[in-house]
Amino acid sequence: MPLPLAAEIALARTAGRLSRLAGAGGGTTVPGKLLWKVDPGAVDRLAARLPLGSALISATNGKTTTAAMAAEILSGRARLAHNNSGANLVSGVASTLLDARGAELGLFEVDEAALPEVAARLRPRAVCLGNLFRDQLDRYGELEHVAEGWRAAVRALPAGAALVLNGDDPQVGELARDRPGAVVFGVDDPSCARPSLQHAADSKYCVRCGTPYDYAAAYVGHLGDYRCPNCGHARPPLSVVARNIRLHGLDAVAFRLETPDGVRDVRLGVPGLYNVYNALAAASLAGALGASLDEVATGLGRFTAAFGRFERIAVGERRLLMLLIKNPAGANEAVRTIVDGGVPSLAVIALNDAIADGRDVSWIWDVDFEPLLAGLGRLIATGDRAAELALRFKYAGMPSGAIEVIPALERALDRGLELTPEGDELILLPTYTAMLALRKIVGERGFVRPYWERAA
Amino acid sequence: MKIVVGHLYPDYLNIYADRGNIAVLARRAAWRGHELEVHTVSVGDPVEPGAHDLLYVGGGQDREQALVAEDLVAKSDGVRAAVDGGAALLAVCGGYQLMGRSYRDFHGGDLPGIGLFPLETVAGETRMIGDVLLECELEPGVVRTLAGFENHAGRTRLDAGAEALGRVVAGFGNDGDSGFEGCRVGRAVGTYLHGPLLPRNPWFADWVLAQALAHRLGEAPVLDPLGDELEQQAHAVSALRARSRGGKR
Repeated sequence: MPLPLAAEIALARTAGRLSRLAGAGGGTTVPGKLLWKVDPGAVDRLAARLPLGSALISATNGKTTTAAMAAEILSGRARLAHNNSGANLVSGVASTLLDARGAELGLFEVDEAALPEVAARLRPRAVCLGNLFRDQLDRYGELEHVAEGWRAAVRALPAGAALVLNGDDPQVGELARDRPGAVVFGVDDPSCARPSLQHAADSKYCVRCGTPYDYAAAYVGHLGDYRCPNCGHARPPLSVVARNIRLHGLDAVAFRLETPDGVRDVRLGVPGLYNVYNALAAASLAGALGASLDEVATGLGRFTAAFGRFERIAVGERRLLMLLIKNPAGANEAVRTIVDGGVPSLAVIALNDAIADGRDVSWIWDVDFEPLLAGLGRLIATGDRAAELALRFKYAGMPSGAIEVIPALERALDRGLELTPEGDELILLPTYTAMLALRKIVGERGFVRPYWERAA
Repeated sequence: MKIVVGHLYPDYLNIYADRGNIAVLARRAAWRGHELEVHTVSVGDPVEPGAHDLLYVGGGQDREQALVAEDLVAKSDGVRAAVDGGAALLAVCGGYQLMGRSYRDFHGGDLPGIGLFPLETVAGETRMIGDVLLECELEPGVVRTLAGFENHAGRTRLDAGAEALGRVVAGFGNDGDSGFEGCRVGRAVGTYLHGPLLPRNPWFADWVLAQALAHRLGEAPVLDPLGDELEQQAHAVSALRARSRGGKR
């Protein structure tokens, strides 16, 4: 006989507390994993208790930031159950549901591969799909495989569910074909376009006929204004658009947000064109959930940073600027953002190869690190695959003598700080598990609180 | 000396950082006073006999591989003639499969290959993913290791008597049970190993360069040694990974 839901919940919550007490990190997925083992269907029933339902956000890049922006917009309207520490598999969603007593609305970032199952269980009232880039092929398999999962998930959505799509991504925009009510967002500002498609651009062949797309403008990776010269497949009409984009180095980006409800000028306290995409996704989703345009603009203006994605941490007389890198498209944007703020003379780049980072490190060769070489006088390569990263820069033309290989993260961090003048900022580009470890190191020195204490 | 490389379908077959392999060849050639000149050979471009010292073909996702398959058949005489004429060839992952006789996908559809390597590939139900370590003996008596990463659904079977690139020390290799990886026909080598392959295996990068130079010189020259400390470090970590976690399903 299955345990009553209440008993399962109590059991699972206790496990999470024990995990934290035992010093095993955040314990953010422990209760969910346990609940999952005891009764997989309990997740469905927990979600069904949310009076305002659930909204899901998925994308290769930007899902954590998009969810954090949406939370900032929506937090005044409803009490949220939000997996803001990035635990985005079914177990992470379950843990968040367990923890969120009194929550009214579920707001979940969801791993790309887990989306079909999470959507089937939660029966969301809104789904926001941002982009698909090549990412951890050893874990996710081919892009086409993930895209097929998304197509199936969208077909299986409840008829009344709102669908929010990035029209600038050919694979994602195509999902609007059979959902006439879908909200499609995109960028329309050729002054921000890249001169050509990046090396790592993925969906550059027509999703319908295989012909290379013509791009009127390519913004981030293969995201842009595309048209197939053979069959005419093109970016769908946009209903939420960013125009007149102004990039302000490492500090901010401003743009005009145009929606069916009106127009607002938005200034984000985080940099980069990719954050304009995140803001468009969050604005469109929040709008679909009933937020007013004023709430959207105010929430976006208030937003500062999502966990580990782009964080400034004061460490005594110096600052760390940490930008997560995890796949070619995302790392390219991190590099572009840094270079926009002025090429640094020193950087610490951390490459780990745990499952969460991707065991296959070949992706670093697809990243366009080259713009950094113009001013980078010293690289500290760290992490378990530090030597591999050093080779990436050596074969890009950096003198071997300018590269220090220090696999131990803490020693590498200290070396970076030692080389950083007082009052200056040290650029850190870590992969996912390296980011967690580096945050832990600075946290233990009292400079940043552990992430599970920051949960809203 | 100029070394001319024909890079087949770089815009389609580039999934595992194939440009890393090209960058390594270019730098290591330049450090010896040679110049690597890379020409794109894409859909519709012919492979002119004698035009290239080295042909390179990387891997793609199934979708991209299907997009070039038809064009590849049109190139098969040109590629075979180039290799018969002494050009070197390096084919990685999907490119390796396409250089065999045929590739049968999971749904039973056949993609014809170029037929350079005496092998056939059939897709299996599960992918073979992980770190790999090989032991190679490209010259009699000289045993060296190659470390890389593999990610393939294809099970590649060599014909009886065909020469493999190496023996699997850790990892899956061609098919997960023969104990062999890759294929070699003279100066042409195909392999599943990416990572990319050449940065962490500098001896093999130099072997490929020497084979390309042999097309010009008649025989493979001895290249000056380089300071490869970083490369050896990367090789050691990769080899360790293969021994501890390669070949696990």
